[in-house]
Amino acid sequence: MSIEVKELKAAIDDTSLPVSGQAETVLEIDDLRTYFFTRDGVVRAVDGVSYSVRRSETVGVVGESGCGKSVTALSILRLVADPPGRIVGGAIRFEGANLLELTEHEMQSIRGNDISMIFQEPMTSLNPVLTVGHQISESIILHQGLSKRDAMDKAVEMLRLVHIPEAPSRAHEYPHQLSGGMRQRVMIAMALCCNPKILIADEPSTALDVTIQAQILDLMRELQDKLGTAIVLITHDMGVIAETASRVVVMYAGRKVEEASVDDLFAQPCHPYTKGLLGSIPRLGLAAKADGKRAPLSEIAGMVPSLFNLPMGCTFAPRCAYATDHCHEESPPLEEKRPRHWAACWHTDRLLGNTE
Amino acid sequence: MMTKAAQRSAEGRPQPLLEVDGLRKHFPIRRGVFSRTVGHVYAVDGISFHIDPGETLGMVGESGCGKTTAGKTVLKLIEPTAGTIKLRGKEITGLDPDSMRPLRREMQIIYQDPYSSLNPRMSAGNIVGEPLTIHNVALGKEKEERVAALFERVGLRPHQMASYPHEFSGGQRQRIGIARALALSPSLIVGDEPVSALDVSIQAQVINLLMELQDEYNLSYLFIAHDLAVVEHISHRIAVMYLGKIVELTDRQSLFEMPLHPYTEALLAAVPIPDPKAKRRERIILTGDVPSPVTPPPGCHFHTRCPYAMDRCKTEVPELRKIQPGHWVSCHLHDSGPMFPLARPRNAGRSID
Ligand SMILES: Nc1ncnc2c1ncn2[C@@H]1O[C@H](COP(=O)(O)OP(=O)(O)OP(=O)(O)O)[C@@H](O)[C@H]1O
Ligand SMILES: Nc1ncnc2c1ncn2[C@@H]1O[C@H](COP(=O)(O)OP(=O)(O)OP(=O)(O)O)[C@@H](O)[C@H]1O
Ligand code: SF4
Ligand SMILES: [Mg+2]
Ligand SMILES: [Mg+2]
Repeated sequence: MSIEVKELKAAIDDTSLPVSGQAETVLEIDDLRTYFFTRDGVVRAVDGVSYSVRRSETVGVVGESGCGKSVTALSILRLVADPPGRIVGGAIRFEGANLLELTEHEMQSIRGNDISMIFQEPMTSLNPVLTVGHQISESIILHQGLSKRDAMDKAVEMLRLVHIPEAPSRAHEYPHQLSGGMRQRVMIAMALCCNPKILIADEPSTALDVTIQAQILDLMRELQDKLGTAIVLITHDMGVIAETASRVVVMYAGRKVEEASVDDLFAQPCHPYTKGLLGSIPRLGLAAKADGKRAPLSEIAGMVPSLFNLPMGCTFAPRCAYATDHCHEESPPLEEKRPRHWAACWHTDRLLGNTE
Repeated sequence: MMTKAAQRSAEGRPQPLLEVDGLRKHFPIRRGVFSRTVGHVYAVDGISFHIDPGETLGMVGESGCGKTTAGKTVLKLIEPTAGTIKLRGKEITGLDPDSMRPLRREMQIIYQDPYSSLNPRMSAGNIVGEPLTIHNVALGKEKEERVAALFERVGLRPHQMASYPHEFSGGQRQRIGIARALALSPSLIVGDEPVSALDVSIQAQVINLLMELQDEYNLSYLFIAHDLAVVEHISHRIAVMYLGKIVELTDRQSLFEMPLHPYTEALLAAVPIPDPKAKRRERIILTGDVPSPVTPPPGCHFHTRCPYAMDRCKTEVPELRKIQPGHWVSCHLHDSGPMFPLARPRNAGRSID
């Protein structure tokens, strides 16, 4: 056993749950719709998204910037600012309850306790006038009822676990005194400190270098192995997805356009957007081979449609190389194109024919 | 096609756009009611490099090693503790804010944390247009048009000019920051993780855009990023930092094909591969505590975690030396000529997972 596993065992309370045979679904997002009512009209940021997560499972969520990944995550915790945002439809089921029907008071005991979240932008969720140790220990006091002193000890331990050097003295610093990656790790420490059943990680490693990123992802995996934590991992880094997620949900313009196991998705994308996405990944070692010249990366031409007035038919059609008149007229349903592999596209057959 | 930088160096060495020599930034640590200084964070501890016109210098390194501080100090957004900074051969280190003002136009930054760097009470259009007003470049209708054009260039919709930062997603906010930096057609842009908040397809668009603008206007970039594939793509040369110092500096091809510093080697081995079927590579696990820039280890800063550390590494500081033409490394392993691949001593902290 590595030193780190031991450290983790010590830091995380011994509350191992019995491991059941078939992992059950712990979180189910069902036809979620979250809209923003702005002066210019209604932004359909999340427009009928469904996905579920099982115990001990990591579901990756990818998609174009602005497609609604974060708003979906915030909706789960009911943290969308209202106004202008409002969850106008759907259900979010967790332990037999629909989170959308709970009172604000009931939600408070779930947030940061059963379900915790690593927010995309650390500075928006860290309090600039409190030291980072104070902020972590506050959450520990709130959810675990430890004394101030014990909570601070645990906060320091958590900072050490996320590889912040000189954790005891760093705990006394304010967010602006830390580097971008350290702030992100403070967020991670805060999210992990209460042994959540579900961890929603929104771009948890964008500010981390790859060596620390690898350590943090290992830490999340250890937490998962030990406590059966279900993880929703939102990230742009397809390398992280490939190495961490077992299933992947692809979103585009507020909707889910594809879902499959990570192997199937990379091997045989069934939606043209996914295919374009996989094609735009910069790969290490390729550029250097191109005799010193910098080649442009392949990109998906065009822009995401405005969420105010989505095109009729398939929202990807204006940018899609496979689009036909049918695509512009009728929205494609999400269908099981291959075993346990869903996509919303009229022309998956043609797409697959072309890839083979 | 030859890049402009290549053309120039074919005609003889160009004058670098930016020259940085012995740059240091130490932050005092204050404690207690009297805010006594009890120590220093040696955030940037003596780095030197240059950037040619039309060149991209990539900068990578461990979180907290001083990249953001280096970038901000170069632009004099924070005052250096020591060292010199020259723009087109003219020293700007000691300039007061008034004399700096005209130079500000030429040097722009794209911030790492888009949210906290955008004024929440200003509309996106005003944020992007503000530099045009400050420097009296364009007003009224002309300004509007230029801002709209900038929005389109970075993949935002001109009608979003009226929206406020909180109404955008993380990646969209980053693009507002990029549009603002481009507004004054600067000659140097420090990009602090400019594309890490973007999905890969928009990231590709922005990188292609940055490279196009570079070719068009002979722009220079100091490009700080964690994604090594992105850095490889956009950079001409790359500096690897560790704990306040540059430990390796070379052209991108040598860096990726022949990394000579053990930290660089570990970094490259940790890059996640976007292929779920790829066999897990031999990963170099860096054991040992991450050292702190408050009390950096003696000798080579990396010795506490280096799988190749020798006795002398614990006491003797390795200088950044030219090991091969254009390839600078600070590591004792290369004292008698370049060694590649790096030797693997027994009991090295390697493991396969
Ligand atoms: N307060 C708001 N008012 C109006 N529109 C909003 C608001 N918050 C978010 N939106 C819109 O909702 C959409 C979804 O945003 P979200 O943050 O979920 O995107 P995302 O998929 O997380 O993107 P990224 O990858 O860039 O973080 C965006 O187009 C954004 O402009
Ligand atoms: N204003 C400040 N006061 C005190 N310490 C600071 C300040 N700004 C930065 N530091 C410290 O300086 C060191 C370098 O920070 P910097 O932000 O430059 O790192 P970085 O390389 O950009 O890291 P990251 O990749 O995580 O963004 C860190 O130890 C940080 O805590
Ligand atoms: S349905 Fe048509 S437009 Fe939409 S992605 Fe498929 S091929 Fe393209
Ligand atoms: Mg987001
Ligand atoms: Mg930084």
